[in-house]
Amino acid sequence: MSALNIKKGSTSHSAYDLRDSHSQVEESHTLAIIVENEPGVLARVIGLFSGRGYNIDSLTVAEVDHTGHRSRITIVTSGTPAVIDQIEAQLGRIVSVYEVHDLTAEGPAVQRELALFKVAGKGDARIEALRLAEIFRANVVDSTLESFIFEMTGTPEKIDAFADLMRPLGLREIARTGVAALSRGA
Amino acid sequence: MTKQMTGARMVVQALKDQGVDVVFGYPGGAVLPIYDEIFQQNDIRHILVRHEQGAVHMAEGYARSTGKPGVVLVTSGPGATNAVTGLVDALMDSIPLVVLSGQVPTFMIGTDGFQEADTVGITRPCTKHNWLVKDTAKLSETIHQAFHVATSGRPGPVLIDIPKDVQFATATYTPMEKTRLQHYQPRTKGDPEAILRLVEMMETAERPILYTGGGVVNSGPAASALLRDLVAETDFPITSTLMGLGSYPASGKNWLGMLGMHGLYEANLAMHGCDLMINIGARFDDRITGRVKDFSPHSRKAHIDIDPSSINKVIRVDVPIVGDVTEVLREVLRLWKERGARTNKAGLEKWWKQIAEWRAVDCLAFKNSDKTIKPQYALQRLEALTKGMDRYITTEVGQHQMWAAQFLGFEDPNRWMTSGGLGTMGYGLPASIGVQVAHPEALVINVAGEASWLMNMQEMGTAMQFRAPVKQFILNNERLGMVRQWQELLHGERYSHSWSESLPDFVKLAEAFGCKGIKCSDPRDLDDAIMEMIRYDGPVIFDCLVEKHENCFPMIPSGKPHNEMLLGEADTQGVIGAKGAVLV
Ligand SMILES: Cc1ncc(C[n+]2csc(CCOP(=O)(O)OP(=O)(O)O)c2C)c(N)n1
Ligand SMILES: [Mg+2]
Repeated sequence: MSALNIKKGSTSHSAYDLRDSHSQVEESHTLAIIVENEPGVLARVIGLFSGRGYNIDSLTVAEVDHTGHRSRITIVTSGTPAVIDQIEAQLGRIVSVYEVHDLTAEGPAVQRELALFKVAGKGDARIEALRLAEIFRANVVDSTLESFIFEMTGTPEKIDAFADLMRPLGLREIARTGVAALSRGA
Repeated sequence: MTKQMTGARMVVQALKDQGVDVVFGYPGGAVLPIYDEIFQQNDIRHILVRHEQGAVHMAEGYARSTGKPGVVLVTSGPGATNAVTGLVDALMDSIPLVVLSGQVPTFMIGTDGFQEADTVGITRPCTKHNWLVKDTAKLSETIHQAFHVATSGRPGPVLIDIPKDVQFATATYTPMEKTRLQHYQPRTKGDPEAILRLVEMMETAERPILYTGGGVVNSGPAASALLRDLVAETDFPITSTLMGLGSYPASGKNWLGMLGMHGLYEANLAMHGCDLMINIGARFDDRITGRVKDFSPHSRKAHIDIDPSSINKVIRVDVPIVGDVTEVLREVLRLWKERGARTNKAGLEKWWKQIAEWRAVDCLAFKNSDKTIKPQYALQRLEALTKGMDRYITTEVGQHQMWAAQFLGFEDPNRWMTSGGLGTMGYGLPASIGVQVAHPEALVINVAGEASWLMNMQEMGTAMQFRAPVKQFILNNERLGMVRQWQELLHGERYSHSWSESLPDFVKLAEAFGCKGIKCSDPRDLDDAIMEMIRYDGPVIFDCLVEKHENCFPMIPSGKPHNEMLLGEADTQGVIGAKGAVLV
């Protein structure tokens, strides 16, 4: 699909779109952007967001096709439906962008984020942290007598929930990758 | 056949292959190898400017008056940063440009080398696309891609940054035919279902209006021809933005004149009162819409634009059509005729009656004087005395620009070059040189304000050197007139720094450049003076001393809807609320 060739039905640029684009309610949308893997391409995408005043709640980027020089940028953004449509159209205009998908609008999608948590503590707090980690299926990837590093993969909400539980138990640092997402089905 | 050559030679070869006949530029250390190649050939003419901003505006004038991309060559660092204003100007007005900049050698990039600037970083948001070429083997292909990107889809400026070592190194030249144009193939054909919906609306609309913009000009002469057909066949009224003037002839009977902040009463009221608005290659700019909430409240709207991001950006439309104006209009006309070429005759007749009443207001009327030259009168005379000539007009930015748009008539596209989106003072003089270079025999006039004109007046040297007989028609009100007008209306007549003091003697200035200077302050001498300017075989600086406190009307104050327009001095008391004052 060419960058400016908008798939019918997938965005509000179709005259027959049924979404209520007049709504003033802010929505969170996950966008997958397939770009040419070239120097500066991330700056183009980020510059668009800052230059036009759009939000970036999370961003991940990595090469996904080495021979085809393609990278995939996943951005979680928020805005009214009209703003989300503008973001999509503006992204589509960037010459190094091949495809833009609004995973939130296009149907169910799987979202995953990886996070590392450093939790320091002794005694009961340490035991409680380990117990909760098991419930959340977090792995221990580093341990000392006074600290753990937990590794967890999940939805951003699950990671938020785990962080909330760890905070009173000695949470020192969190590193999160940002969201990676794929639409469900073939 | 594979050809080995240096990067510098590749640049010149690629430009030749792209059919480039002129480059506007300024040399420096980082482009010396390219200048050396330019020296050794005769196919491409190089116009040596006096400031890189001038080079970009000249290229814009060239591009807008020919439909071909303009080409610029500048050195690294200050050469590139001086070009930035021109790049943004071209981006805002969708002008195809290819700008080549020199860069420090690749091994010095990032070391704060002499005349190093992060040119691709600085110009990323100022261009449609840009490239830093680090490998000579990719240089020629990149240049060919650059021309493709600049000219296809919604046109715009592109920049290629070329480090000096890349210019010296040797590699294989990739010809145009072998260049991969990647995925960048914007869609040009409109959605047939949407076109059908538009045609159905055209058949029944009682109060339709065609609202056209620069996209019609950019789409090429065929778009203007189709537009004229469409108007002739449907009898719909037509208005245009500043950027689209000339795509429909000013003498055409359905012409309502320009719309927008200083647009005509009939055009703005027709936009406000219509029941079907057909936007063709315009973008609902804030100079056009006024207060968005009250913009044309009772109409259904269709929008034809090649850029999907223009659609629903400012105004939500009912029928969006992404495509090239030429292709879409052709389809619209074909389908509308095939279905019987129907319009709502009774509705249209009433609509035209209403428009006639608005026209009768004669919104451009002004109080003339036999003592001082009114700027409007000066433009009326310029229009009368140059009508029918092979004429091109450029402008600077300010009141004179708006008066020029109101009082000069354009019969064809590509004849009117003005800085619309960015409103760049200093655009008109260099742009006029670019136009003249492309059309050596034509009459090229820059309608200027004295303040704007001073911003790039050094380019008179370029006009002299390259024998570009451009006419600088300066409406000298000794004021930053447009600023003064806003201060009068919005800031209690406190004229903070809005007058032009210590102005040069323009006639002596002309003599200093070696061209002709004319000064005129008496309305009775004006016709002769204008004729003298037209007849003079060479550049002229015309100092036309006009009324100093004239205001430009009609005016839709910031933050007001179309139907709250000011027609003249009497309407101006306390008009702009505090809310409007924060808008520009
Ligand atoms: C580069 C630049 N700086 C500032 C402005 C703001 N501005 C708009 S019109 C204007 C006054 C222009 O004066 P002049 O060229 O004499 O034209 P007039 O309005 O008097 O006809 C100014 C300062 C601008 N448009 N461009
Ligand atoms: Mg002035």
